[in-house]
Amino acid sequence: MSEAQTSLQDRQIDRSQMKVTDEVAIEISDMNKWYGTFHVLRDINLTVNRGERIVICGPSGSGKSTLIRCINALEEHQKGQIIVDGTTLSTDLKNIDKVRSEVGMVFQHFNLFPHLTILENCTLAPIWVRKVPKREAEETAMYFLEKVKIPEQAHKYPGQLSGGQQQRVAIARSLCMRPRIMLFDEPTSALDPEMIKEVLDTMIQLAEEGMTMLCVTHEMGFARQVANRVIFMDAGQIVEQNEPEPFFTNPQNDRTKLFLSQILGH
Amino acid sequence: MSKQSSVAFVRRDMIPPAPPPPGQAGVLRWMRENLFSSVTNTVLTILSIYFIWSVLASIMPWTLNGIWVAGSLTECREIRDARGIETAACWAVINERWLQLLFGFYPTDDVLLSGLFYAEPLAAAGGVEAVFGAGSNATDRIEFVGMMKGDLSNFTIFWFGYWRPLLAVALLVVAVAPILYSSLPRSLLFFSMLYPFIGVFLFWGGSIWGPMTVAMGLAAAFFIGRFVATRFGLLGGGIGAVIAFILIFLNPLPFIDHGGLFPLFPHAKDVLHSIIPFGLPAIPSDQFGGFMLAIIIGTSGIVLSLPIGILLALGRQSTMPFIRWVCVTFIEVIRGVPLIVWLFVASTLLKYFLPPGSSFDALLRVIILVTLFASAYIAEVVRGGLAALPTGQYEAADSLGLDYWKSMQLIVLPQALKISIPGIVNTFIGLFKDTTLVVFVGLRDPLGLTNAIRATGEWNGIYWELYIFVALLFFTFCFFMSRYSMYLERKLQTDRR
Repeated sequence: MSEAQTSLQDRQIDRSQMKVTDEVAIEISDMNKWYGTFHVLRDINLTVNRGERIVICGPSGSGKSTLIRCINALEEHQKGQIIVDGTTLSTDLKNIDKVRSEVGMVFQHFNLFPHLTILENCTLAPIWVRKVPKREAEETAMYFLEKVKIPEQAHKYPGQLSGGQQQRVAIARSLCMRPRIMLFDEPTSALDPEMIKEVLDTMIQLAEEGMTMLCVTHEMGFARQVANRVIFMDAGQIVEQNEPEPFFTNPQNDRTKLFLSQILGH
Repeated sequence: MSKQSSVAFVRRDMIPPAPPPPGQAGVLRWMRENLFSSVTNTVLTILSIYFIWSVLASIMPWTLNGIWVAGSLTECREIRDARGIETAACWAVINERWLQLLFGFYPTDDVLLSGLFYAEPLAAAGGVEAVFGAGSNATDRIEFVGMMKGDLSNFTIFWFGYWRPLLAVALLVVAVAPILYSSLPRSLLFFSMLYPFIGVFLFWGGSIWGPMTVAMGLAAAFFIGRFVATRFGLLGGGIGAVIAFILIFLNPLPFIDHGGLFPLFPHAKDVLHSIIPFGLPAIPSDQFGGFMLAIIIGTSGIVLSLPIGILLALGRQSTMPFIRWVCVTFIEVIRGVPLIVWLFVASTLLKYFLPPGSSFDALLRVIILVTLFASAYIAEVVRGGLAALPTGQYEAADSLGLDYWKSMQLIVLPQALKISIPGIVNTFIGLFKDTTLVVFVGLRDPLGLTNAIRATGEWNGIYWELYIFVALLFFTFCFFMSRYSMYLERKLQTDRR
């Protein structure tokens, strides 16, 4: 982690496009979720404005992944309300598909489609969901593959790429749907240390272009540099949230202090 | 890396790759390592060689000394004794009767045969009309055909007398090829869609408007469904297609009017046939037989059971409890009862469930039962493939906004089916061999025909040669399927690291 942190500090981050607007992108109010009888998420209230870059951290089992998976309805919530881009998430499949096509998601284990080439991975959803003509979809895909710096891999299969490259393809695949919000579920946790940087660089690039981002990550360097808000979760609830600088230098809650001392201690 | 700082080491030059040392490759080394590496291994090797040699030594003389030309088993034995050999296969029975093993009692096109190769006797007997015409004498005709077949070679009869099943099988190969090999032009798939109707016409004959109206009726049901789908969504389209199908093919109001406008399709067929009468002599299913029967039942079963099995597997995983229960019940009931019982059900019981007076082709019933039986197995094999797929794949498809059917079609099934290929092909091979069971419901499969051949005076008492021939026929097809599945697995292997 320390390597990735130092390398991040080498990079000059261009903050000119990083603007938090007044427009609300996601609104979560009094949301609760249970797995059977186990209360995973408790009274979550969170408003995300367009252009925000939020890092969610916390010990494992604290519900942070579940929270962002609720935002694109990969998990169902049982109580409260989630409004994404003006669409209220309910059991209505139409609403769910609409939200999902507006919200990009990047997974810890990439979840690329192994039977399709990189290019096909990127063009599949635009062609079949957005009904974009194939050629146009391929142009868009190549544009984003260039953006994540692997256009030369377009005709390979996911299995032939390194972890870092696969994760960048996964980001490009999401971007091909032109999402207005991006969710990242521990995008660097399954990567070797030397590959973390290339993925973080891609994410920083996205942030610089003003993308609304929610990242579950333990990359505190990234949080410090890019996030405008850091949320700490424990036992299914939001324990503390603040701007990165005060969050790291002056945490208030004891759990936050303990957590930070453990992950920054070495 | 090292705990002691005194052993510091810095590499200046990286080591380039080098070839392996000599003696690490070659036949002798391979034999030493794999055949004679230890005492046990050496003993096992020698025992195996002895075993293989003794099996071959007892089989090969019999096989290779075989007698190919003889009129009966007795003649075979005389030839053998005359040659002074101890054992010899009597392959003559295959030479004489292979047409029967392939086609059973499927009638030959005698008019064509006599016109092409037996013109003079035909003219002597009074021409086509006198021998084969409506008013001809059946006994004379049978005698004439018997004489003709005695004079013509089996190969002539094969190529010209059985041109209908031969053409049907040849076109079947053309229809199946683009499905099996994706390098062939995709436009051939259109022919694959038409083939079922062409094949039925060639095998069963009758008016060409029979299969044509069925094809048109199915197309009409499909297009009506698609039109309704544009207005009322996928489910509405499906219901529309089913209603159209019932209106066209079945009588929706049997208790009110049995002979009215519905079902539309026999009326349309009669009208069209009266305008353009064209057809081949109709051949009823009870004359089908031989290996041809195995191919017909096997391919129909294989082609139909795969889609049904996939739908059952998806239904079994459905979140809708009613659909899940129906699928689970179907699979368990079909799988839990032996195929032979289902075949008896097909041949006897099924008619009690059908409206009185409706005749239902025996072969068609068997095909339906074999298909349902195989699809229950396919469903379980595919379910294994679905379960083996990581949940991340489902989630990634969902998170991109793909709906259920699209994510199944584009993401889940291609991968699940790839995993299931060995199991699917295994089921297909089993299905193909199980077609011999139809002998118990009165259809003449190749094994049943060996009995028929033995029942004749000439070949009474011959077993091995006939069974070996039938076994080879089945083995050829099953071996092709097995090799094809290996080819497909290799071709689809994209996740190699």
